[in-house]
Amino acid sequence: MAAPSIPDASGRSLKQLVLGRKDVQDLSDTEQELAPDLMTVNMGPSHPAMHGTVRIVLTVDGERVVAGDVQPGYLHRCFEKESEHATFTQVFPYTDRLNYVSPMINNCGWAMVAEKLMGLTNEIPKRAEYIRVIVSEMSRMTDHLTCIGASAMELGAFAVFLFFLKAREWMYELLEKVSGARLTHSYVRIGGVGKDLPDNFHADLTLCLDQTVKVLAEGEGLLNNNKIFRDRMAGIGAMSRADAIATGCVGPIARAAGLDYDVRKDYPYSVYPEVEFDVPVGTTGDCYDRYLVRIEELKQSIRILRQCLAQIPDGPVMVNDHRVALPPKQATYNTIESMIRHFKHIMDGIRVPAGEAYAFVEGGNGELGFYVVADGTGRPYKAYVRSPSFVHLSTAAQLIHGHLIADVVPIFGMINMIGGECDK
Amino acid sequence: MSAKVLDALKAAHAGAIESLETQHGDAIAWIKRDQLLAVATWLRNDPAMAFDAPVFVTCIDRLDWKPVDVPVGVPVYPHSAPWTDESGKPRFEVVYQLRSTTHRHRLRLKCAVPEHDARVPSLSSLWPAFNWQERETFDMYGIKFDEHPDLRRIFLYEEFVGYPLRKDYPKEKRQPLVRRDDLPINPIKAEGGGHR
Repeated sequence: MAAPSIPDASGRSLKQLVLGRKDVQDLSDTEQELAPDLMTVNMGPSHPAMHGTVRIVLTVDGERVVAGDVQPGYLHRCFEKESEHATFTQVFPYTDRLNYVSPMINNCGWAMVAEKLMGLTNEIPKRAEYIRVIVSEMSRMTDHLTCIGASAMELGAFAVFLFFLKAREWMYELLEKVSGARLTHSYVRIGGVGKDLPDNFHADLTLCLDQTVKVLAEGEGLLNNNKIFRDRMAGIGAMSRADAIATGCVGPIARAAGLDYDVRKDYPYSVYPEVEFDVPVGTTGDCYDRYLVRIEELKQSIRILRQCLAQIPDGPVMVNDHRVALPPKQATYNTIESMIRHFKHIMDGIRVPAGEAYAFVEGGNGELGFYVVADGTGRPYKAYVRSPSFVHLSTAAQLIHGHLIADVVPIFGMINMIGGECDK
Repeated sequence: MSAKVLDALKAAHAGAIESLETQHGDAIAWIKRDQLLAVATWLRNDPAMAFDAPVFVTCIDRLDWKPVDVPVGVPVYPHSAPWTDESGKPRFEVVYQLRSTTHRHRLRLKCAVPEHDARVPSLSSLWPAFNWQERETFDMYGIKFDEHPDLRRIFLYEEFVGYPLRKDYPKEKRQPLVRRDDLPINPIKAEGGGHR
């Protein structure tokens, strides 16, 4: 729009004189058109749909996105630098803060890389492995519930958000009983888990799963054939199978695009080979398929959890190896040898033999891996996290291309970028 | 499974390989820097290899590498990388991890890089996922990726001085953000000079 000229009193309305602008009918034809230039719009970091951690500099043609420069890093804490200065055990609290919606899976991944370096992968007691799978699947459920709930809320379906967060809270309460913390669990240890499951855990989890099934049915009833939801999700942000492979996508996003890659099936770890579950795969790779894949994975997680509850054996939850297991408290306070061992264990850390390894698990968003170079001391020489969110976010610029600004919200929601994991 | 990949790599590109090793079941191939792009292209396109899926890129800074109690059979770096230049042993290792969706095998490529000439060819033209991960490695270690389409900092701000994951960057170091006004608000628009 042209800049208002200096008003002369004759022939101009009061509005023009006061506000300095014309009514639409008074504009000339060229003035009525929008400026032909592309416009730059900042989306985020202070935008409710950007989770407060990402900025997208959009170049828009009217309402349509021509290009987007996605800029992560607002939550960067340099996890890797901190890890290099912490002992292997001290890194667990940091991993909690990577993907803070499913911290248990991060814990497992970090424990597994240290165990791989120490040659302990096959030594972990069965019960500990089952507990790891149980807490991992519960974490996967909290992750998917949050993702779907938040995305539905961003599209206006606020009730679904409340229902799903209610179910998530049941999970968190149970995980709090298990680990002592609602969100930052730090529960898994190198060589096993911190402590055994609490009393009544089987009954509590069974009840929780039964209730969650009902919540899922409610949520699906509200969303699956909801016209607004489908219009906003179907055909939006689609990705082909070939693109998903080349851009490194994993997890629900790749599976929605038809790539049947699941670490739990393709590179089985822990006791996943002993439980039966299916890997849902989509066809179109759009936001609606991503939603459907996540819903189905929630159901599969419930299936895994029920099998684990039936199969979990009794026994120790920590490997009997003095290199990784703390001496029993009774011995620590009464014998000097155990006291020294305890002190060395805490102060020097678990000494991991020199070498390097990459261990990966199926996180809430796909392949979550830790690459560690150890130099024989108690601290990692180098620690790298392969965060799926970061890789997925790198596709965002391509996915939003050509869509409306409003479509950025569901696309971004279904990428499920978790700031702590993406920005490290 | 990993030995098969390494054998095939050795048969096809013996001249490009510094050394091959397996650690904890992970196949690792040290590639000469000037041959990296050719080897990577072959790894992606050869049907028996078919490394179509990128996993990660990172870098290791061996500045104060002093391993203790090295187990028998584990190579002690940088002895496994005989490649050295006139300045002595190379300080950095750029690490590429690849995966094949069809064959399910994995391979780690390594490339030794000296400090005074910290650059490697970019593989982002082969695997688009490496675009951002190479930017991250540049941001954190200062490795230049030749022919990279958009080598900007990604986590840190453009005004940041230094590379935080290098071993000689102190963990406690803080630096104030001093605004520079010469940076474009929208880099895409700035370099394209308008799309119409």
